[in-house]
This record gives sequence, C-alpha cells and structure tokens, in this order.
Amino acid sequence: MFAHCADPKALEGLAWLSCYLSSGTHLLFYASFGTVLLLLALTAPISLALGFLGAFAARSPVAPLRWLGRSYAAVVRGVPDVIFFLFVPIALDQGIEWLLSRVYCDASVPVRQGNEFVVCAAAKMPPGTAPGWVHDAYGIALAVVAFSIVFGAFATNVLYGAMRAVPRAQLETAEAYGMTPRQIDRRILIPQMWSYALPGLSNLWMILVKATPLLFLLGVEDIVYWARELGGTKTSTFAYPHGDWRVWYFLALLVFYLLMTWVSQRAIDRLSSRLSRGQATLAGETLRKAGVAT
Amino acid sequence: MSSTADCLQTIADYGLRSIGIGERLLPRSDFTLCQQVTLIGSGMIWNLYFGVLALAAGFVLANALALAKASPRPWLRRPAEGFIFVFRGSPLFIQFFLAYSALVLLPRDGLSLFGLTLPTGWMARAWAGALLVLTLNTAAYSAEIFHGALKNLPKGDLEAADAFGLTGWARFRRITWPTMMRLAWPAYTNEAIFLFHATTLVFFSGFPAFRQEGDSLYYARYLADKTFNPFVAYPIAAGYFVLLTLCLIWLFGAINQRLNRHLPQPVRRLRYRPKLIR
Repeated sequence: MFAHCADPKALEGLAWLSCYLSSGTHLLFYASFGTVLLLLALTAPISLALGFLGAFAARSPVAPLRWLGRSYAAVVRGVPDVIFFLFVPIALDQGIEWLLSRVYCDASVPVRQGNEFVVCAAAKMPPGTAPGWVHDAYGIALAVVAFSIVFGAFATNVLYGAMRAVPRAQLETAEAYGMTPRQIDRRILIPQMWSYALPGLSNLWMILVKATPLLFLLGVEDIVYWARELGGTKTSTFAYPHGDWRVWYFLALLVFYLLMTWVSQRAIDRLSSRLSRGQATLAGETLRKAGVAT
Repeated sequence: MSSTADCLQTIADYGLRSIGIGERLLPRSDFTLCQQVTLIGSGMIWNLYFGVLALAAGFVLANALALAKASPRPWLRRPAEGFIFVFRGSPLFIQFFLAYSALVLLPRDGLSLFGLTLPTGWMARAWAGALLVLTLNTAAYSAEIFHGALKNLPKGDLEAADAFGLTGWARFRRITWPTMMRLAWPAYTNEAIFLFHATTLVFFSGFPAFRQEGDSLYYARYLADKTFNPFVAYPIAAGYFVLLTLCLIWLFGAINQRLNRHLPQPVRRLRYRPKLIR
C-alpha cells in the first residue's frame, strides 16, 4: 500500500508494522468487519418484521394462525441457536436446488442417491458459471435468512409480551371512540407498545451483536476466519514472517465487540428515556417529576 | 426382531463413544437411524458435563462477584464490574477462541514455579479449557442477575432482621442470601438453559475433538456432512435439547417451590417464559 513497503524483509520496527498491517490480506480482514455490520443491518429489520408477523399471528383470533405463531416462537427458543445456524442454510440450499431440479432437470431422477445429494447442472444454485462474488453473496444471504429466522422467533416473543402489556383501558378507550381493530392496532397498540418492548428488543440486539461471530460456522469469510488465517504462524517463505499471533488478533476482536456493546448500551439508554416520556410507568413518572422538557 | 438386536448392538458399540469407550471407528456409510440417535445421544454426555460443572462452579463464583459488585469498597467493586463487563460484553465464541489461542501458548513442558514443574498441556484440552471459559462466562451473567436481586431486596425484610438483632454473617445467611436467591431464581433458570445451549459451541471454537470424541452437535454435524442430509441429524440433536430443557425447567421449578415455600399465597409456579436476559 505504501511506497516503502516494496521490500518487507529490509524493514524494521514501526515501518515493518505499518507495512504489515496494510498488506493485502489485512485489507480483506478490515473489509470483513463490513460484512459483520452488513449482516447486522440486514438481519435486524428482517427479524423485527418477522417478529411483528409472529406476534400478530400469535394474537390472531384464527386458531391455526395463533398456533403457528406460538409454536414458531416456542420451538426456535427451546433449541440451541447454533443448531439452526447449521441447519437452515444447508436445508434452504437443498430446498432451492430440489425445486429447481423438479423444473429444469429430469424429474424421474431422485435427488438423494445413497449418501449423495445430486441435481443436474441447470439446477445448481448459484450456477456453476457464476463469478466468485455471487457465491459469496449467496452464502451471506443464506446466513441472513438463518439469523433472521432465529431472531425473528425471539422478537415474536418480545413483541407479543409487549402488546399484552399495553394497558387494556387504552385499547378500550379507542374502541369507545369507534376505531376499527386495524385502526386500534396502528394508532394505539403499536405506538404504545414500544416502551414495553424496548428492554426486550435491546437485549435482543445485544444477543444479535454477540451472535455475529457464528458467521464463521456458516463458511463466510468473516472476522473470525481472517483472525485465524492472519494470526497463525507464518514461516519465512511469507513476506511478513511471525510466530503464533492468534491471541492478539482475537484480543482485537474482543475489544471490537466490547466497543460495539458499549456504544449500543449508551444508545439504548438514551432511546429508553426518550420513549418513557409521558408513559404511565415508573420511568415515565420519574421523568415527569424531574421536569424534563418535552 | 433382528433390527432390535442390531440396535442394541449399536448402543453397546457407540453409546459411550464420546468418552472413548466402545467402537473406535465412527460409522462411515449406510447410517441407520439407530446409529444417529445413539451417537448424538452419546455426545450429550459432554453437553451435560460442561453444563453441570460450569453451572456449579459458576454459581459459587457468581455469588462472590455479586457481593463484590454491591460492595461500597472501590477496590472490591471495580474489578467485579470490569470482569462482568468483559464477559457479558463480548461473544462467548470469541472468548473460546481467545482462551484457546492463549492456552496453547503456555510452555509445552510445563511452568516451573519455585522448582516445581506444573504440567500445562491439559489446559488447552476442551475438558479443562472450555470448562474454564464456560464457568467464567456463566459466572458473569449470573452475577449480574444476583446483583439485580440484591438491589431489590425488600427493605422490610432487612429491617425485620435488624429488629431481631441479626447482624453480619448470620443476617446474610438467614435473610439476605435466601431472599436474593428467591428473587433471582426465575432469571437464573433462564441463564441455566442458555448455558446448556451454549455448550454446543465448544467443539466449533478451536478446541479440537480429541479422537473424534465430541459433543452432540459435533456428531450431528459429522452425520449431516457425511449423509448430505440435514433433515435427520439436526432434528435429533434438537430433540435431545428440548428434552434437556424440559428436565431443567422441572428441576429448577422444584427448587423454586422450595425457595418460596414459606410464602402464604399459592406457590408461584415457575414458568419458562424466557425474558432473554443475556
């Protein structure tokens, strides 16, 4: 990256370190932090949306829909999330390829032959001719789906509880004013729910942040992958030989996550005091007495 | 009939495979359902081992940490706060990796201390290293729960203790601690369930499975990789964990009833309604 890095063997001290830390593989390592942030940015809204669907399903007057919503939340919660992270991407991948193979391939050939899962070339996903970045993007997309399913179940649980916590009298007042059920949901239930949902949702955000290193299990080249690659012992055949430095790389990841959770906690505290304003809760009452301007 | 006999033979061969007893080689082809259930079930031994021991050791450590965090003395409070912040603020997965890469750096032929040589090689093995990380991790989460309960002790209980002349250790043992446990128990149940779920991470996080002796998810992944079929092995592992979770809820519910036995109302039944305190 820098001009003086042309011959790494001749460098020493800080100059060596600056060249080492700006080598090509290190730039990929820094970029993989972007992958983590991308995963967070995609998963959080999708899980929240799934949580809304689940919570409304669990509140639904239609019995099968109610069962679906409640069992979705119960099953995913009772099982370690790692099992879902391993199961969902491969199950989804095989499901897509099976569907494609029924359309594009000879439908009489079974996809399971002994211990093999075989589909014809036309049904491969992504297609074998696709460039490398498509394979990477497909891998990340599968990861996003797996994370969303797990965290959607958690969010269902939180939002369902928060909706039940909204004081019944407020909803009855809305009914007395002649609002339709949909209007009540949109104008009263959802706006009032947030202050009850926030503790659960902020917890969920923390769990989501701390679950991101599991991307490594899904075969995505994330920060854990690069920390292992770069930290391992490099012999003198490499441009920058060094011993086993994995412990320093993982220490850097630890600090990164501590910063992430610390910043999140600060932001959540501010949001929480903002949402408590004017609420009929202890926190809201405290704010009112302290005379915080609205 | 013969399939039952086959299955019994499989259980004899692989039932204790995860702790190195029985058939040396894992099955390689023609996996039967019986083999998958047996192997994954045998892996549960490790999940139970990590979960039970980490829970027991972490419980003791968490009590000490919670008291230290509530202490007015800064030299006691600050380290406890720091410990809890580091272990609650970072992913368990990273903690495993960090601990493993630090433990392998220990000198291979042991530390020499005052002329004594302490063997260190065993520390990098999963049964010791991962257990240490799990213990510290659950201690930090539990300490936060206990500390919250300690802050919420009813004022009246402590005043009553004062009125009866209970002070110091006697007050702590007979009033403070039992009430703290009673208040913290529902949240602590949740933490215990999380801990057992977290034990599945051990063999994916650097700690090698010695002679393919791994936990239930290690075998589930092995079988899913070999058969290219995730729809059998993972649901079996999930089923085992649902059973384990139900057992935990029953056990912790029984303890909860005992903790609340003096209360006049119909006993508060412990329901598994995870509040996601992690």
